[in-house]
Amino acid sequence: MNGLLVLIPVALGLGLIGLAAFFWSLRGGQFDDLDGAALRIFVEEEEEDDTP
Amino acid sequence: MTEAAASLIERDFAVPDIRCAGCIAKLEQGLVRDRRIAAARVNFTEKRVHISCTPDAETPELIGAFSLLGFEAHPIGDGPAEVDGGASDSRALLRAVAVAGFAMMNIMLLSVSVWSGASGATRDLFHWLSAAIALPTVAYAGRSFFRSAWRAVRHGRTNMDVPISIGVLIATALSLYETATHGPHAYFDGVVMLLFFLLCGRWLDSVMRDRARGGVTALLRNMGTGAMVVGADETSRWVDATALQPGMVMLVAAGERLSADGVITGGASRIDLSLLTGESAPQEVRLGDPVHAGTLNVEAPIRVRVTAAGADTAIADIARLMGEAAQGKSRYVRIADRAARYYAPAVHTLALLAFAGWMIAGAGWHHSLLIAVAVLIITCPCALGLAVPAAQIVAAGTLMRVGVLVKDGSALERLAEVDRAMIDKTGTLTLGRPVATNLDEADTTARGLLLALARASRHPLSEALTRDLTVMDVMPVAVEAIRETPGFGVEALWEGQRVTLGRPAQPADDSALATELAVDGVPAITVRFADALRPDAAETIAALEQAGVAPTILSGDRAAAVAPVARALGLTAQTGMSPQDKLAAIARQAVAGHKVLMIGDGLNDGPALAAGHASIAPGSASDAGKNAADCIFLGDRLMPVVQAIRVARRTQAIVRQNFTLAIGYNVIAVPLAFMGYVTPLVAAIAMSGSSLIVVGNALRLKGAAR
Repeated sequence: MNGLLVLIPVALGLGLIGLAAFFWSLRGGQFDDLDGAALRIFVEEEEEDDTP
Repeated sequence: MTEAAASLIERDFAVPDIRCAGCIAKLEQGLVRDRRIAAARVNFTEKRVHISCTPDAETPELIGAFSLLGFEAHPIGDGPAEVDGGASDSRALLRAVAVAGFAMMNIMLLSVSVWSGASGATRDLFHWLSAAIALPTVAYAGRSFFRSAWRAVRHGRTNMDVPISIGVLIATALSLYETATHGPHAYFDGVVMLLFFLLCGRWLDSVMRDRARGGVTALLRNMGTGAMVVGADETSRWVDATALQPGMVMLVAAGERLSADGVITGGASRIDLSLLTGESAPQEVRLGDPVHAGTLNVEAPIRVRVTAAGADTAIADIARLMGEAAQGKSRYVRIADRAARYYAPAVHTLALLAFAGWMIAGAGWHHSLLIAVAVLIITCPCALGLAVPAAQIVAAGTLMRVGVLVKDGSALERLAEVDRAMIDKTGTLTLGRPVATNLDEADTTARGLLLALARASRHPLSEALTRDLTVMDVMPVAVEAIRETPGFGVEALWEGQRVTLGRPAQPADDSALATELAVDGVPAITVRFADALRPDAAETIAALEQAGVAPTILSGDRAAAVAPVARALGLTAQTGMSPQDKLAAIARQAVAGHKVLMIGDGLNDGPALAAGHASIAPGSASDAGKNAADCIFLGDRLMPVVQAIRVARRTQAIVRQNFTLAIGYNVIAVPLAFMGYVTPLVAAIAMSGSSLIVVGNALRLKGAAR
């Protein structure tokens, strides 16, 4: 019974962290362009040094 | 620097041609080289580009920046509110799904311990914890159901949400009572799981609508983005279509669409009316002739004095007609709601019967209520709520891969019911753009010269010629000193000779479009253009007939122009029809009990597209046509129309199977619930089991378009 008092809040807390992370990423626009994200790994970043 | 950053404005552009990672890189890195553009971000899914630019950057300049990179861009107007309205709707649903999913997993965790034998104080603790998670979840995630159910009840109607809301509320209240009185069974897990599955269905439905809407926005050309207006002192500036005023003088280049009604005050040209009236042959216009918004200037630059703009144009009349015609369609009741009409009363009667039966048998009100709630939970249309959207979103995804955009689920349902097809000619059965008809008369040198000259010009006929010659693998010959004279054509030097491509010296006898290639003033060949049939029109008509959909032609063009097409396809045709006539033709079929599929592209088809039981427009259609149609097919082939009907019918079959499955499951589960054997454990298994089966069945539609 004592174990439960620790484990249940831990389980709930982890779940809540996951939920909060999902909301955060949703607000940050990470789900706005799902197909584009898959393609962006092929995009070569332009060299930053030639623009001073 | 900070001042400059603060004054940047944000604009959105639809760019339909974004296809690969290369396009993303080209756009994002290329656009920022323009000094007016500070940042660019591509959204691949919605095929649009979001840019931050300085306030002095005008729309045509920004579009110019896109075309420098080889992309066609269309500004998305100042009305992002309506576009984003739908997106935020599905985002709110996704948030509710996430909350319900989180709650479901945690309550299930606690419930499993209760089912595996927790008792006494531990069971009470777990029940209280479940209640603490479930109550806020029901309040948050159940809002959309409660709101919609309340709306229906207040108007004396019932829908799927009424039994859901009643079931959820009663089950939650009873579980709370059970928890408080140390009872053995609490249905918190069932309630939250129910909400989770139903929200998944809702969310899928909403995602499908968003995706199609995104596709359609990307296709909309934003009719009449504006015009070059010439001032009194001969200076010209760009004026947005909304700011055009009667009395202004527009400069309309060849290949440009008119943004307002007006009268020609300078130049003479030919105007393509096909989107407005369905007429395929361009009309000659001279000084003083009236011209209409939405028509295309094909030959030479003209000056037009605006007589009516915006809501006063001839187009606006058609728009009004379209609004009235669309009202008929809004009366269509979706299959899930039709089912709910019988389902909801049946569920409530069953639950009441269970309660009354056990009361009469002397079980006491507490026990009777418990059984009634078990009946409510087990009959709740969990699988039903998922059955329809799951099948429809898989079908819409399949159709999108073959190039058909479906606007929403109800479009698929209506498409499956059609038994008559009325097809517009210009732009629908035909390609709606000029195609060179006698290129085989030209020898290799002439072809090479034609391509070399044509590709230097943006004139509609030159573009048609370039496209046709490129397909034939023609190599252009080398020419020098290319020069384009507006209103005449292109000229250049070839091996010391002067070659020209332009208006024929002797005008053609009929009104057909033609262009002439001349070497040193001697005509070499006159290329004629005609509006060609789509490559697979005949096959498509045959396939339609085979599918039990009888096609006829409904055209605004003259009988003489329609006859060859009708003969080639073996169809009957009604010709010279105004938008009102087309509406009347559809109404006659509807009265006779037929369900009409309208296929058309023009502005003049808009009302008919809105009125048809279902409607499809090609991607090259007018904006009004694309807005009014239920589905849009891309590309030159007409076959996607038949594929769409086939997939819609298969979807309907799957939906019916899913209904049968759901009813079959109820036939087994309801008697069990009636007898009081349904504990929360059994309810959880039954609910998730039936949902999985229904979704699995829907996934079979993945290959349906093949």
